[in-house]
Amino acid sequence: MTMSVAMNEEKPPPFPPPLAGEGRVGVRLTERQQRARRARSIAIAVSLGVLVILFYIVTLVKGPGVLVRPL
Amino acid sequence: MSVTLSPVEPRVEPSIAGVGDYIELMKPRVMSLVVFTALVGLVIAPGHLHPVIALTALICIAVGAGAAGALNMWYDADIDARMARTAARPIPAGRLQPGEALAFGLTLTGFSVVTLGLLVNAAAAALLALTIAFYVVVYTVWLKRSTPQNIVIGGAAGALPPVIGWAAATGSVAVEPALLFLIIFFWTPPHFWALSLYRAEDYARAGVPMLPVVAGIAETRRQILLYTLLLAPLGAAPWLLGYAGALYGVVALAAGAAMIVLAWRLRAEQRGHAAARQMFGFSILYLFLLFAMLLVDRTAAALFGHFAA
Repeated sequence: MTMSVAMNEEKPPPFPPPLAGEGRVGVRLTERQQRARRARSIAIAVSLGVLVILFYIVTLVKGPGVLVRPL
Repeated sequence: MSVTLSPVEPRVEPSIAGVGDYIELMKPRVMSLVVFTALVGLVIAPGHLHPVIALTALICIAVGAGAAGALNMWYDADIDARMARTAARPIPAGRLQPGEALAFGLTLTGFSVVTLGLLVNAAAAALLALTIAFYVVVYTVWLKRSTPQNIVIGGAAGALPPVIGWAAATGSVAVEPALLFLIIFFWTPPHFWALSLYRAEDYARAGVPMLPVVAGIAETRRQILLYTLLLAPLGAAPWLLGYAGALYGVVALAAGAAMIVLAWRLRAEQRGHAAARQMFGFSILYLFLLFAMLLVDRTAAALFGHFAA
């Protein structure tokens, strides 16, 4: 068995694309699945945004005391 | 060597779970009661807590309660599927995979506990972690399927939020939040056993050893009366011990007396479940009244103190 591959030989893609569109192989989401995924993605983005704002505001409120954590 | 995929290999379908399903997983109604009792614990605590920190604590407690609800629904999906009351929940209804609920619950647990610890204090975070662990591991996994005392012991998880609220404000615990803990702890059995009286067939079908299923309806009614007799004076204890004013005392005594009357009527009920439904409905109002009066009492004291000063 030889491991060499000619440079001009076209290599097949190692894996099918994970999310393929028209004319490709792979998982194709239904309309309902796409809408659900989009809604979940927006919810995650909003939650992370709220978390960042929360940390920012609490840092402003506490000032240097934000680093003081007595047990 | 060639690798071929077996045609019978199970295929995981992309999720169809919407945001509403995840919110339902967090048991919003339970969450609202948790937030309310935690708010009372926070407000009656001595000292001043910045409103932003107080709001942060309440958000973390709400998310922590939601995490516990999600983990409970993940573990109890098999039971939920067999009960009419819970069959439409996201997992048994097939809208959400169990793994999604588990990941969601664990993620929320981590975020709520760590955020509470970083932004508020370590004592409150530790209590929140304890509450979630108690509800999921001790109540859901261990007690719920093994003993009719499940909701008695498991009720400790539901009783902890005011203690977390107090700890968020003070960094410690004291007698006052312990009293609130005891009120919710002794309120839980009459509340849930009243519900289980008219859902006994559901619980029996699911194999959950609730008291009416294991010990019968008459014994459950007797136990409800006994716990209510303990609850009524406990409800008035914050006033008797000088932690709350006369207005709270009057409401607590009147509401406690109404609870005893309803429990007595429930014990005497010959057929049907009208008295059990009344007991269940009024028990929610009872707890709300007590905690709302504590809130009014402390807010009024702060206002009059402010005007007096």
